[in-house]
Amino acid sequence: MTPSMKAAMNRGARLAACAGLLAACSLPAAPAAAQQVAASQSGWPRFLGPQGDGVASTASLPAELTADSRRWSVDLPGRGLSGVLVAAGRLVVTCSSGPEQSRLHVVCLDPADGRTLWHRQFRATGRTMCHAKTSVAAATPCTDAGRIYAAFSSNDVVCLDFDGNLLWLRGITSDYANVSNSLGMASSPVATDGTLVLQVENDSESYALGLDGATGANRWKLDRPKAANWTSPAVLRPDLVALQSKTGIDAVRVADGSVAWSYGDGASTIPSSCLHAGVLCVPSHGITALAVEAVAAGAQPKQLWRSNRLSPGTASPIAVGDTVLAISKGDVLTAGSLATGERLWQLRVEGPFTATPVSDGRLVACVSEKGLVQLVDITGAEPKLVSSLDLGDEILASPALADGGLYLRSNTKLYKLGR
Amino acid sequence: MPTFDRRAARRGAVVAAILVAAGLPSLAEEPARLAEQLAAIRAVGREGAGNAAAAAAWRAVVQGDAARIPAVLAAMDGANPLAANWLSAAVDALATGHGPVPLDGLRAFLADVRHDPHARRLAYEMIRDRDRTAADGLIAAMLDDPSGELRRDAVQRAIDAAAGLKKDGRKDEAIAGYRTALVAARDVDQIKAVDSALTGLGESVDLPRQFGFLMHWQVIGPFDNKAGRGFATGYPPEERVDLAAPVAGRDGPVSWKPLVTADAYGMVDLNPAYPAEGGLKEVLAYAFTEYEAAEARDAELRLGCKNAWKIWHNGRLLFGRDEYHRGMKIDQYQLPIRLERGRNTILVKLCQDDQKQEWTKEWQFQLRVCDAAGTALLAVDRPPSPAAPNAEKKP
Repeated sequence: MTPSMKAAMNRGARLAACAGLLAACSLPAAPAAAQQVAASQSGWPRFLGPQGDGVASTASLPAELTADSRRWSVDLPGRGLSGVLVAAGRLVVTCSSGPEQSRLHVVCLDPADGRTLWHRQFRATGRTMCHAKTSVAAATPCTDAGRIYAAFSSNDVVCLDFDGNLLWLRGITSDYANVSNSLGMASSPVATDGTLVLQVENDSESYALGLDGATGANRWKLDRPKAANWTSPAVLRPDLVALQSKTGIDAVRVADGSVAWSYGDGASTIPSSCLHAGVLCVPSHGITALAVEAVAAGAQPKQLWRSNRLSPGTASPIAVGDTVLAISKGDVLTAGSLATGERLWQLRVEGPFTATPVSDGRLVACVSEKGLVQLVDITGAEPKLVSSLDLGDEILASPALADGGLYLRSNTKLYKLGR
Repeated sequence: MPTFDRRAARRGAVVAAILVAAGLPSLAEEPARLAEQLAAIRAVGREGAGNAAAAAAWRAVVQGDAARIPAVLAAMDGANPLAANWLSAAVDALATGHGPVPLDGLRAFLADVRHDPHARRLAYEMIRDRDRTAADGLIAAMLDDPSGELRRDAVQRAIDAAAGLKKDGRKDEAIAGYRTALVAARDVDQIKAVDSALTGLGESVDLPRQFGFLMHWQVIGPFDNKAGRGFATGYPPEERVDLAAPVAGRDGPVSWKPLVTADAYGMVDLNPAYPAEGGLKEVLAYAFTEYEAAEARDAELRLGCKNAWKIWHNGRLLFGRDEYHRGMKIDQYQLPIRLERGRNTILVKLCQDDQKQEWTKEWQFQLRVCDAAGTALLAVDRPPSPAAPNAEKKP
């Protein structure tokens, strides 16, 4: 933080008293769209979807992809590899623009036709430097209780409702000056029990934060391993999240940031863990499966199995039914038994892949960096590539699958595929 | 000029809050209400302070019509970056579906260069989105604008015009056009583009001078940085710089010695100064220079570095960062300082870690002195840029 910024903030603090009185007198009413947001997670409310396993069980992928599958595409105001948020009958996308990617965008669109409903812009208050392949808009936004939470690599976090009303914002690098990563930050936050859980982990000042979902104020701040980390939290229960890092997994209570249990045998800092049927599939020594549903106080989660034959590359593993799926660095989609870790089958798909695949429980959509959407039928004993569609555009963002279709974004466009 | 009067806003906030609390909101005048709402937004601070009040005020601000956009933009003057973001989002909300945008007011706001540069850019974009021809006319005159974003567009116009002249074979006019663009350019990518074009036309550009890179240094080392502990260890140069006095280094006494870089982008490479097979690892060194300022003024030290580092200006630690080999670029870190008239000292601590990969051998930095807009501030005694007969230009 610059001295001028400190001075300006001190001035701000002196005004806070009368501002507080103002707030007490005129609290905003719940917005119309926000009131429509049900607690159900039928859309695509965060990275890895409603259950954190990459599956949208209430949606369906098209059985066949053709040119007609492309329902619409619209230009975006900036680049990004953040995924699309689908909730409250709306789409939300983040972007960054400008020569230094210092202009931050949150765009809300109509899923029916891609029409922009509202667009809010912010200026990065933290550093925007990142590797050329990634972007300042790297984290997938999330939602909870009618609020949209959008985080950027500059460590700016904004919270809006679905009508575009700004509810709060934070500049985490303004608060903690060495929270940044010169390669870029990419962890996608999760919101649960009224708390936004944010991993801002890096080589220097490394934290996880629990922010009050209503105001953005710190509920807790947890020191984390001093190491670059691009993984995202997993929601184990409404009151418990799993934080992944190079040291392993820490299960953290959302209420106060205390650690309930830890798995300390190391984990990847790129692909994230997925949760399915009480099993946390951790990218650790291939994949290590932990039974996390009922861990007694003071106990450690039971390790169900470990398989280095299931080794995710950049994309995170997903879990469908009784199967865990991972795309390797060599572009092989591999299925393993969720119960035993036994490898069930392999299928070479056309990569390379950055995007995490998604599934409707029957088909899996794998989207390559070159924009090739590949649908794999996983209902039989052997996988079957049933259809593909070349978008001819670089796709690094994980797709979102919700009732109306499959949503993909590139550095320039947002696409909807569907029947 | 629409202005934001802080005292009036404070008075307005108190009065309006009391009136609202008393159930008499209609008695609070509209301008006073708006001022009080904007004051609440400007009151946001660190760690979420003031967010709840700002949210309420924001909702009230965007209930109005688009005519209040210039007032909201004016509230960005002197606002902290977080408050500016609240206000920017309010402008976005007001600009859509809240009646006609006041183009005359926006033109007047844009024309007044005393306003916040980012607010003026927003004003320009609202004009541009509604009247591109008018916007083109406005931007053409902004080569020297204090807003970096507006200036950038004007510079691009100048670059494009020069490129057109070059294409038409009008070499001398093209060179003149590129030179005009270079004088105005502040963004690294545009300076590089102009340098490339001028080089192609047989011209040379003094890039170190253009950027204000510091080229002449004294260095001392190596000191121990085993397990990265040296980053937090205060070796003798952090207490006192005596260029004539040897001090204890990692391997015995070490002394200051000159290091002059001839790199076009001011890269100060410590590996040649301390040669070792494979490069020295788990060490650190210090680099020191003096800068003679013509006047006391605000300035910035801008650093590019992929090693862990600390910087002191006139003996005061500005900042440090213990990140290794994640990336480097010009102006990666921007550190505000107050230059003293006359002699200023700059001390850089540069740490190397234990990684062995080829790409982790780099032990270097680039540092320049400029103003907040990126305009080079040259020392009054700055020597000519060192000649680099066969040096490659690398960013």
